[in-house]
Amino acid sequence: MRNVFPIVHVLGMVTMLFSLAMLVPLILSWWLQDGAVAAYDEAIAVTFFSGLAAWFGTRHFKRELKIRDGFLLVVLIWSTLPAFASIPLLIQIPGLSFTDAYFECVSGLTTTGSTVLSGLDQLPPSINFWRAELVWLGGMGLIVLAVAVLPLLGIGGRQLYKAETPGPMKDSQLTPRITETAKGLWLVYAGITLACILSFRAVDMTWLDAVMHGFTTMGLGGFSSHDASFGYFDSPAIEAVTIVFMLIAGINFATHFMVWRGKSFSPYRRDPEAGMFLGVTLASCLGLGGYLFLNGVYPDFLTALRYAAFNTVSIATSTGFANTDFNLWPIFAPLWMLFLSSFASSSGSTGGGIKMIRAQLLYKQVYRELNKLLHPDGVILTKLGGQVIPNKIIYAVLAFVFIYMVTIVSMTLILTASGLDVITAFSATVASINNTGPGLNQVGPATTYAILNDFQTWVCIFAMLLGRLELFTLIIVLTPAFWRK
Amino acid sequence: MKIVILGAGQVGASVAENLVRESNDITVVDIDPAKLQYLQDRFDLRTVLGFASHPDVLRRAGIEDADMLLAVTQSDETNLVACKLAHTLFNTPTKIARIRCTDYLNHEGLFSPENFAVDYIISPEEVLTDYIRKLIEYPEALQVLDFAHGKVRLAAVRAFHGGPLVGHELQYLRKHMPHIDTRVAAIFRQDRPIIPEGKTVIEAGDEVFFVAAAENIRVVMREMRHLDKAAKRVMIAGGGNIGRRLAGSLERHYQVKLIDHNKKNSERLAAELSNTLILFGDATDPDLLQAENIEDMDVFCALTNDDENNIMSALLAKRMGARKVIALINRSAYVDLVQGGQIDIAISPAQATIGSLLAHVRRGDMAVVHSLRRGAAEALEAIAHGDANTSKVVGKRVEQIDLPRGATIGAVVRGDEVLIAHHDTVIESEDHVIIFVVNKQMISRIEKLFQVGIGFFG
Repeated sequence: MRNVFPIVHVLGMVTMLFSLAMLVPLILSWWLQDGAVAAYDEAIAVTFFSGLAAWFGTRHFKRELKIRDGFLLVVLIWSTLPAFASIPLLIQIPGLSFTDAYFECVSGLTTTGSTVLSGLDQLPPSINFWRAELVWLGGMGLIVLAVAVLPLLGIGGRQLYKAETPGPMKDSQLTPRITETAKGLWLVYAGITLACILSFRAVDMTWLDAVMHGFTTMGLGGFSSHDASFGYFDSPAIEAVTIVFMLIAGINFATHFMVWRGKSFSPYRRDPEAGMFLGVTLASCLGLGGYLFLNGVYPDFLTALRYAAFNTVSIATSTGFANTDFNLWPIFAPLWMLFLSSFASSSGSTGGGIKMIRAQLLYKQVYRELNKLLHPDGVILTKLGGQVIPNKIIYAVLAFVFIYMVTIVSMTLILTASGLDVITAFSATVASINNTGPGLNQVGPATTYAILNDFQTWVCIFAMLLGRLELFTLIIVLTPAFWRK
Repeated sequence: MKIVILGAGQVGASVAENLVRESNDITVVDIDPAKLQYLQDRFDLRTVLGFASHPDVLRRAGIEDADMLLAVTQSDETNLVACKLAHTLFNTPTKIARIRCTDYLNHEGLFSPENFAVDYIISPEEVLTDYIRKLIEYPEALQVLDFAHGKVRLAAVRAFHGGPLVGHELQYLRKHMPHIDTRVAAIFRQDRPIIPEGKTVIEAGDEVFFVAAAENIRVVMREMRHLDKAAKRVMIAGGGNIGRRLAGSLERHYQVKLIDHNKKNSERLAAELSNTLILFGDATDPDLLQAENIEDMDVFCALTNDDENNIMSALLAKRMGARKVIALINRSAYVDLVQGGQIDIAISPAQATIGSLLAHVRRGDMAVVHSLRRGAAEALEAIAHGDANTSKVVGKRVEQIDLPRGATIGAVVRGDEVLIAHHDTVIESEDHVIIFVVNKQMISRIEKLFQVGIGFFG
């Protein structure tokens, strides 16, 4: 147990910092007089003093963290913070069970965006804002934020960064110092979010809606303050703005960072993921638009394209907004969208799934194996964007994708065994592990995850955390080898 | 001329050999006594043992009254530092450095007098790569050389039965192709030069050198022999400096396979080259060649640094069906041995690259010098300066110029215009004159022609 204390020490610090995040909805609630002030008072108090106790009680165990500690710390952060985050919801929404509140907050922090709540429009605005803020914070990873702040505390940031950042190539560094990298990424993230909010305002959203949807768009989360999601606005202009910013958020933020620092767009061209991501997503929009039109779902092609584009980009980037109930479309279209969500977005973006870079590496690896059969003496390497990918990364990717598949199959089976129909079980699993949000049938965009029983809800929570922590980080903590001395 | 050469490697040694023959005072500096001893024993030159970029070593080599410094060691950095020192400490008039790393060449002003103070840069690898690339571009040619930045080319081709011109007099060429201007500069029959005249008959087996604008080269070649389809598939043996560069410059337009026998190096090549198939193995292994469809290869280039290996693998490739085989051969005795036999083209790297240096050593203003036929013949691009009073060429018709017998003016480049030389073409000041010389002994007379004399009345 003594090994855990240094980690708890840092966790306490992070928890105290996290309590500060609740000040924003507190101030908002006080300003709007929506009657939720007391909920935040209590939540802040509980969170802050829990953090303080953990931090103070373990102060003698403070030491530099090892790689192993990084994994455990990340898992602990992602599982405890949603518990604290759910306090305002539990107080403010009568009849909400802890399981559902926890699900809601995990869904927010993992940028999934699936909800168990209905009647969103009647909730106090500050509660909706709190949900959106969770998505935004979760978007770039609480840890990267922590890395930007925690160096003040003298804790090795590299382990956290490695354990948390999505994508297989974690060693590529943008600046010599990891904290500079983290700060740079956050600045870019915050800057683009601001642009997104202003654009929403420019197409006539209210300020409050603009900020909330800006947060959930950039986090690729998909929470909305309306039950009807984007159907509430029913505005092509708003949808167009959302599509643009979802696509931006689906590109590696390190690439955005390089563009911003170098004042040149050439990093986009050199990023092998960005082009493929945009190509696949936009081609799918056109294809599905044509498909819906030909199947007579919409009377004219432009309308079909509008709905196909918005929902496809939204699901492919793992956001989860909807402006219509795509569950009613012929089954191929939503299945294709879910398929895209499992690989389309880039590594280092706020999206989910196995990430485009892994899909590209897999494809190239297959091509390489075929080539090796043709040329037994050939020295054939897997290259991406002119860079040679070392075999150890390819093995890691293969193992990753294998576990990803196994997880989807086993969770689908578990959910089916617990009484869900196959489509619901499969789509709930895929939508959760890809951090997408809405699934199909009973958990489709027109309904919520409230129909799940507690057991099924916990399975989905686990799937969301697995997806957000990219499987390995969470699974390794669950292996006996991790705890062996 | 007093010349200090830094580095007694392949480049340094062959440069020294050529320059000694042209009666220059040569001092060679190197850190390897064995290499220096080798040169000392064979040629009339002085050697200095020491590190090439140390001022004291340079002084001992007599840099203080040298006319020229040739820094051709293996190390770019040593060469650059030596040039800088020669400029700062000894005020050497002409400094030439060999640079291998292309990145140095991409930065403007790096070589100006206030920086590294290099007057001319030579890159033998680059020259050789270029040389081989042109042979792949024109698979029928024995040699293709650029003049005036590629506007004019000199090509050598072996005449075969079936070429429309073979068996005819040269003047028939003009009648047969009235729109194409070309000039046959020399013909070698059984290795002996024939001065081409209107009545000369081209026979099968002749090696014909002709000058033409770059775009007309293929058309003229068709007159001498049947043309095959253009090359598409190239196999290279040896992934050293030359093989790597060649593959890099070819891979976008050709299907390139590169064989290397070093595991580490082949992985490095695979990382660096994006469109080339790298094969790990021995180029003299028939099974490997067979597995990689040697019979479908249009060109096979043996470019390892082992002469015997290159000869054997080129012979093997030819036997197994490669259309044209090229072998890089360092030892000049071997070059004579294999050229024209089963191996289509034997390239001596020293001969192929010496020209880029000779251009700077020659008196008179020479833009380009190409050494031909293993150093026996030469093609020059000389720039005419002065006016009718001071120059022996300016203002004269070609037929009036006092050229030694065996030297031919092939073409004149005036600004951007290419004029194929005829007897009545008048040379103007600043013209680039392309001259073919069948015998090297005439070089000094050509040099004198293009030097601007003072008080010359003629």
